[in-house]
Parts: sequence; structure tokens; C-alpha cells
Amino acid sequence: MSTFLGMPAARGGSAPDAAAPDTLAGVGRPDDPLHWGASFPDAARTALANQQLRRNLGNATSTIRAKRARVVGEVPDWEELRDAGSALKADVLARLPELLEQLERNVTARGGVVHWARDAAEANRIVADLVRAKGTDEVVKVKSMATQEIGLNEALAEDGIAAVETDLAELIVQLADDMPSHILVPAIHRNRTEIRDIFLERMGDAPPDLTDVPRELAMAARAHLRRKFLSAKVAISGANFAVADTGTLAVVESEGNGRMCLTLPETLITVMGIEKLVPTFDDLEVFLQLLPRSSTGERMNPYTSMWTGVTPGDGPQEFHLVLLDNGRTTVLADEAGRSALHCIRCSACLNVCPVYERVGGHAYGSVYPGPIGAILTPQLTGEKSDLPYASTLCGACYEVCPVKIDIPSILVELRAREVELGGAAPDTSDRVWQAAMKAASFAMADGDRFRRAARVPRVLRAISRHGVIRRLPFPGSLWTRSRDLPEPPRQTFHDWWERRARQARQEDER
Amino acid sequence: MRIALAATCIADAMFPQAPRAVVTLLERLGHEVVFPPAQACCGQMHVNTGYLADAVPVVRNHVRTFAPVADGEWDAVVVPSGSCTGSIRHQQRMVLERAGLDQEARAATAVAERTYELSELLVDVLGVTDVGAWFPHRVTYHPTCHSLRMLGVGDKPERLLRAVDGLELVPLEQAEGCCGFGGTFSLKNADTSAAMLQDKVGHVVGTGAEVLTAGDWSCLMHIGGGLSRGGTGVRPMHLAEILVSTREAPVVPGERQEVAR
Repeated sequence: MSTFLGMPAARGGSAPDAAAPDTLAGVGRPDDPLHWGASFPDAARTALANQQLRRNLGNATSTIRAKRARVVGEVPDWEELRDAGSALKADVLARLPELLEQLERNVTARGGVVHWARDAAEANRIVADLVRAKGTDEVVKVKSMATQEIGLNEALAEDGIAAVETDLAELIVQLADDMPSHILVPAIHRNRTEIRDIFLERMGDAPPDLTDVPRELAMAARAHLRRKFLSAKVAISGANFAVADTGTLAVVESEGNGRMCLTLPETLITVMGIEKLVPTFDDLEVFLQLLPRSSTGERMNPYTSMWTGVTPGDGPQEFHLVLLDNGRTTVLADEAGRSALHCIRCSACLNVCPVYERVGGHAYGSVYPGPIGAILTPQLTGEKSDLPYASTLCGACYEVCPVKIDIPSILVELRAREVELGGAAPDTSDRVWQAAMKAASFAMADGDRFRRAARVPRVLRAISRHGVIRRLPFPGSLWTRSRDLPEPPRQTFHDWWERRARQARQEDER
Repeated sequence: MRIALAATCIADAMFPQAPRAVVTLLERLGHEVVFPPAQACCGQMHVNTGYLADAVPVVRNHVRTFAPVADGEWDAVVVPSGSCTGSIRHQQRMVLERAGLDQEARAATAVAERTYELSELLVDVLGVTDVGAWFPHRVTYHPTCHSLRMLGVGDKPERLLRAVDGLELVPLEQAEGCCGFGGTFSLKNADTSAAMLQDKVGHVVGTGAEVLTAGDWSCLMHIGGGLSRGGTGVRPMHLAEILVSTREAPVVPGERQEVAR
């Protein structure tokens, strides 16, 4: 699903040379779309230093936050809808094998072919073989997180197949050799001047007098893509939903480019994560209300395409459905983390996240950024990760999640898992934290010990000036680099209370 | 009422003026305050950093210390912190259950059911919004994430503040946005934390308030540290420190109510 949110102007308006060519190059395409780049704290530091990026993100997220709040606020039964969405997803996960087989039977009965892929490599191989069998070397693509997750475009390129992204923002990302930085708005980190420059330099058929007026940019992309739609023999999509009891697939999008891909080519290949199921057609009612309001802040989704197998004489005459696991069954097996699979990829949690808003998507080093990425990515990969710590646990994500994923609680669970992993093979940082936490645990598990420990900060009074401490050695410097520490008190509360009680006793005795 | 005070570790060691204010305030309202000296910490820092095993003895100590509230020895437990109350209510049982301590987990639930954040205790349990305070200053209120979203204290703190004689309450822009503290987040992701802090400090300064208040000294320590570093002159004060101020015993912003030994 994608939407047009308006493109932020670069600082200095639409001056033709506002973006230097070297800023166009994206972050490149990583080997592993779920784990790339620097550590989160390091990548965040780089992102925070980019003032343009922070402005782009701030504008875009605040716009869509306000839009979402407005349209959610007008639904009287929003909380009941969230409960329904959550309950439906819990039901799907509880009966996943049965529902997947039901889906397979229904898709097959309606003329589709179902493929099962254990992991990214298997899914990519299936798709590449299907495309090659059609004798074509170019395919058009509907925006899809599943195919981003498995790095499908790169895998196809190795087989000499060019995959053309047709979602406007995905096209921008692809042309710039970049990675998406948002689930819904993959080019959220770009402003329109950068987009103009990317089109001019990389699209091949952009008008040479192209300006950064959004309408002109959209028209240039439209003309470019129209040629692709009309010539492509194979389209590749993801899916927002698959209905088990009918075999129907659904893609929701805002541009109509997805609709072009889903209807014009002769062959359609859909790659879908196995958690995207809903049990019955009626259940779409719930999600088609929850999704657009949560994601684009729209009351109704503009282009909702649904298809069931193959319809003779109408649309693609060959349909393949690739069911992708790629770590999902491992997540499913985990009671504490499995509700991450409820996610319908609306990205409301990204837009409200104070961390995402400031550092953007690339800092997360995964195609799934933001709060949902911080719980989904480490669970899918099973690797040690710093993403569970990329949150203040402020709870804004849980509050907006349309399927009620308790992201803060899962983050805490995953932190516990990180601590366990760190205990098994500790690095220096793990050892420091372990020692500090052990010491704090000892001091804080007993009133007398705590009472003595609580007096320790008082030694810092020696270095305080005018009631504050401005500089501490490492690791205290992590704090004092950007904040003062108030001077610790002469007397702790424990000591004050005891003294007060003693005085009261003495007065009683007198 | 007989009310047990959980001072919180951070206020006990660093900001004792807040629990002291709670004692004075509740006594002024005619209640008896008890401070069980065996208390130390609720375990939130360990839990939120993922050190669940190390959290167990800390949580056990808290539950054991405050267990008498379940037997009626005290009528309630008050905590001058939204996030510690949140941890007591939403995390302690989980920590003990995971450690296989089912009986203590049940005790934790019983304690949690009788534990209240200060504004909850005043408004919901004691039924007061006007506590007879006087504080003739311009004040802005930061609602702190856990008070707001984990506890759902709503506008209780603001209702208490509006009833304070002489106090001018000015709205804070993007009040519901996190200040960037997040416990160990402020160290593990110091740069991101600082960027969030910078924005919060900007909004606080934009109010023209003399005092920033909140129901949690951990967030106040963070924002206060930023306000101080920026030389803004805005003073952080806990809600209790404002509510305790009266004409007879006024609290002056920025003047630490030190008690010399």
C-alpha cells in the first residue's frame, strides 16, 4: 500500500540546483534486507546530523499523524474495530496450517498455482523460474514489503531479469539505488528537489525541463511507467490479504499503478507472507476499515483490487501464489512475540514514534523500520540485535496500532532475549551492562543496602557548581554530554524519614 | 487513611524533596503516612533493560515490603511516579511468574491493586482536587508517557494544578511527545535521546513558564538537565512539590528544600 503525502520542498524552495548530485545516491542494495548498515546508535547519529532529513521526516510524519488522528477520531466504534482486528488475527495464527491449506485448495480450484517457500532463497528461485519460463526479461512490480524482505529484485537481476517498481515512491527508491525508509512511504526521506534530480539523472525518459512541482514529477513517472505496463508480460505483487474460504487475494493501494500490474500482464505472481490470511471474505470488512484510516489517514482506500484464481478472458490468465515463511513460523512458535504477526503493515506506529520521527527508517538497517520493525526484524532473523533498545517504551505505537500489538511489552521481552544472548556470548558492552545490573540488583533488593547505596551520589557534590554537575567521566559522560545532572541532596529520603521518626520518638518520651 | 509511601529509588537518592512533599501534603489532608524502611526499588530499570533475572530479587523485596497493604495494615500505597506505578501494576507479576514464583506473583497482584500514582490517589481514592495549595507561578505540565499511556491518569494532574491558588497553568506544545529519557535508552541511544530532549526543551521554553512540572522525577531529571544545560532558567518540580506549597509554607522554585544533617 502506498500513498501520496505531498513532497516536502527542499530548503531554499525549488531552485534547480538545490540538491547536489552526490546526495542522490542511495544507501545501496544490501545483501540482507533484514540486516544491513551500522549499529542502530551509530546509524541514528549519522541520520540525526542530516538536518534536511530531519525536516523531511518531521513534516511528513506530523502531516500524516494529524490526518490519521482526524479520521480515526470520527469512527465511534474504533476500539471495537481494533478488538475485532486483533481477535481475527489471533484466530488466524491459532489455525494457520488449516487456513493455509484451505487457501491453497481454493486458489487451486479457481485456476491458480500455489507454491510454498521456506525462505528468501527458495521464494526468489521459484519466482525467477516462473519468469524465465515466460521468456521475458522485464517484469513490472506492485509495491510489496514481502518482496523487499527477500531481496527479490536483486535475485532477479542476477538471472538477467529487470524488475520495474511501479509504485511512485518505490520507483524513486529503485532509481536512486536506495532502500525504503518507511513501510508505506518508502521515499519519505527524499524531498521533491531530490526526486526531480533522481528522475532527470536515472529515469532515462524524463523531460529535460522537468521541475520539482509534484504534478510534473507525477506526470513524468506516469509516462515512464505507462510504457512499462503496456509491454510487460509478467507482473509481481505482494498481498495485503488472502481470504482462506474463497481463495481471494487483495491488494490495497492509492495510485492505481498496482491495478495496472494486476490486470494488464498475462501472468501474475504474488508473493505473500503466510500471516496475511483472513478466514472469511466478511472479515475483510474489519481490515478495510482499519487499514486506510491507520495508514494513509483516508476513510476509504482508493484502489482495492481483488482477484480469485484466474478468470477466463479477463485479467492475467496465469496466476501463481508463493506462500512465504522466511522466519514466520519461528515467530509463531513464540508465545510472547507472535502477535507481531498481527501486523497489517499500516505503519501508524512509525508515524507516531518519536524515535523514528527523528532518525528515519534507514537507521534500523531493515526493510521493516520503526517500532514494528524493532520487534519483527530480530524475531524473523533470530540474530542478536540492538533494535529492541531503539525505543523509549513511550507506548505511542501501542496506542495507535489497529490490531493492538502491544509493542512496548514485546520490546521488553526481546530485550530479555538480547540479555540471554549476551550472556551466552558477551562482548565488552554486554559485560559492562551485566556487571552494572548485577550490582544494582544487589543494592536494590534490600532496604538497608539500598539506604547505604543511596548516599553514594552525595560524593558528586564535590564537583558540582551552582547546584549542577556539568561533566562526568565515562559512562556518566553519556548523560552529561547533552544534559546537566542536578547536585545530589545532602540527605536521602530514607535518612530524612528516620531522623524525623527519631525526633518524634524523643518528643514522645519527653 | 493510613497510606504507605513508596518513595521510588531515584527520588529517595536524588530528589527526596518529592516524597517529603507527599508526606507533608497527605498529613495536611488529615492522613497518616507510613514509610516502610525495607523498600528500595520497584525493579523497573532492570525489567525495561531486559535483565529479568536480576529484577527478581528487587521485585520480591518490593512485594514483600508492601504486602501488608493486602492484609489491611495500610489502606493504600502511594507512589510519586507514573512509570514506577506502571511497573508495579504491569510488570512485577510477569517477572515473578517467569521466575516460577507463583505465590509471590499473586501477592504482587494484590499489592498492585492497592497501589496508586499520586494524582490517582488524590483524585480517585481521596476524592480531592483542591488540596489547599498556593503557588503563584506560571507553570507548564509534561504528562510523561507512562502516566499518560500506561496508567491513563488523563487530566487528573491538570485538575489538581488548576485548583492551586495563584497558579497559572500554560499548555505545553506537543505535550504528549516523549522527552527521550526512556531509562537506559538515554545512555544506550544517547544521541537520539538528546535530539528528543532538544525538542522538548524548545517547547517548554516556548511556554514562557517559570516551572515545568510532571508526576515523575525520572523524566523531570532528563528535561531538567536539558533546561539547565540550555541556561533556560525554567525549574523542574514534581507535582507534589507544587501541591505542598501553601501561603504559610510556600515552596520557592529553584530553592532546594535541603535538610541538613
